[in-house]
Amino acid sequence: MSGTEKGWNRQQMADRLSEKFEDGWLVNLGVGIPTLCSNTDLGGREITYHSENGLIGYGPVLPAGQEDLHLVNAGGQNVSLKPDSVTVNHADSFAIIRSGRIDVTVMGAYEVAANGDFANWKVAGQKGGGIGGAMDLAACAKRVFIILEHVTRKGAPRLVPACSLPVTARGVVTLVATNYGLFAPTGHGFRVVELAPGMSFEEVRAATGAPLES
Amino acid sequence: MRSKTFGSFAEAVADIPDGSVIGIGGFAAPGTPYNLLKALREQGAKRLTCVGNTTGGAHQPRMPDIASLVENGQVTKVIASFTAATRPTDVLPFTKYYESGEVEAELVPQGTLAERMRAAGAGIPAFYTPTAVGTELAEGRETRVFNGREMLLEYALPLDYAFIRAHRADASGNLVFRLTQRNFCPLMAMAAKTCIVEVEEPILPAGALDPDQVHTAGIFVQRMVVVPPAPEGIWAVRRQERAK
Repeated sequence: MSGTEKGWNRQQMADRLSEKFEDGWLVNLGVGIPTLCSNTDLGGREITYHSENGLIGYGPVLPAGQEDLHLVNAGGQNVSLKPDSVTVNHADSFAIIRSGRIDVTVMGAYEVAANGDFANWKVAGQKGGGIGGAMDLAACAKRVFIILEHVTRKGAPRLVPACSLPVTARGVVTLVATNYGLFAPTGHGFRVVELAPGMSFEEVRAATGAPLES
Repeated sequence: MRSKTFGSFAEAVADIPDGSVIGIGGFAAPGTPYNLLKALREQGAKRLTCVGNTTGGAHQPRMPDIASLVENGQVTKVIASFTAATRPTDVLPFTKYYESGEVEAELVPQGTLAERMRAAGAGIPAFYTPTAVGTELAEGRETRVFNGREMLLEYALPLDYAFIRAHRADASGNLVFRLTQRNFCPLMAMAAKTCIVEVEEPILPAGALDPDQVHTAGIFVQRMVVVPPAPEGIWAVRRQERAK
């Protein structure tokens, strides 16, 4: 994606969502593109990152040779501690999630629907899947932001009228970042919050499965 | 008091019968009882139900994991929050055994998995949670509305054995974990009839740990083995490239 003249690359998508984080928020970043949010310059805002394996407050991934093998984030990366970092057990970590103390969870997805449903744990025809902490986070965080490519590799829309894949949670997504822009599910379609550079409304509408609202 | 410290991993797992339900602690490397997994593979108990966050990743080098017991024909059922990787392009060693029907799996959201073991360890038979409501996992299952919100009934998950790894322990079995090593380990210890711990540092005499700093009380721990230095003992190593 890097070097494209139209649209956003993955880091820019992550940066756009990170701009919405408010000072003092407790934020959970999913595996994959969402972890790029931790690279964003937050200016003066103080954000605490929660990792579901029981790590509250962590810093950047450490380079080879400097890691502590007892310290990983949810993606298994060897991150660093911050002065106020704390570790808890898994029940306490998910107590933080289930009790609604996570201000926003940012996740990847295969599909997001106009009604705020999303799907990210099982691909078509798969037996089983990979849920991890996604269902707990999606059901219980105060906000769910999704970050994904606007269309599949075959060009099919990922912003759809209704999910075709098994959902992770229903009606929870409030903001979606794609390489084409920033969108909010409205129930009937997606409202354009911001278009990425070089993208026209018509172009994005043609690539979106549900009605696009200006 | 009978000593909880065993001289070898083989002795600590020797009497585990076929058909046992075993919780395997750890999240990524920290807390994963590599040495106990290896010893159980050598011991050979069959028809096991293995409970863990994952069955083992797609990373190299390959470490002892639930999938290695599956490959050895020891496992009937797995209860985990992943039966496939987050990235569909990563293929877990476990997945083909599951897809071919050789092994059964129960896929459980991670927080629900943790709480089901916490409940078992706390004498609570069941609980309601908002997690997974409205999803395929909730189909045909009991739900109830509390404070206007639909909740899903989940049952406690008791274990016959817990395999966990801790950083420090005293002779009474009081445990201290280091950083993200704690994860599921204290919950599995409490959920199990017999908790077996691999300990990274030499066992301290009783009274050497500050009672205020203990994470898991020795009442929940039955057996301990000290991890010898590598290569005899297995220690976490840095992750390398994902397996193709």
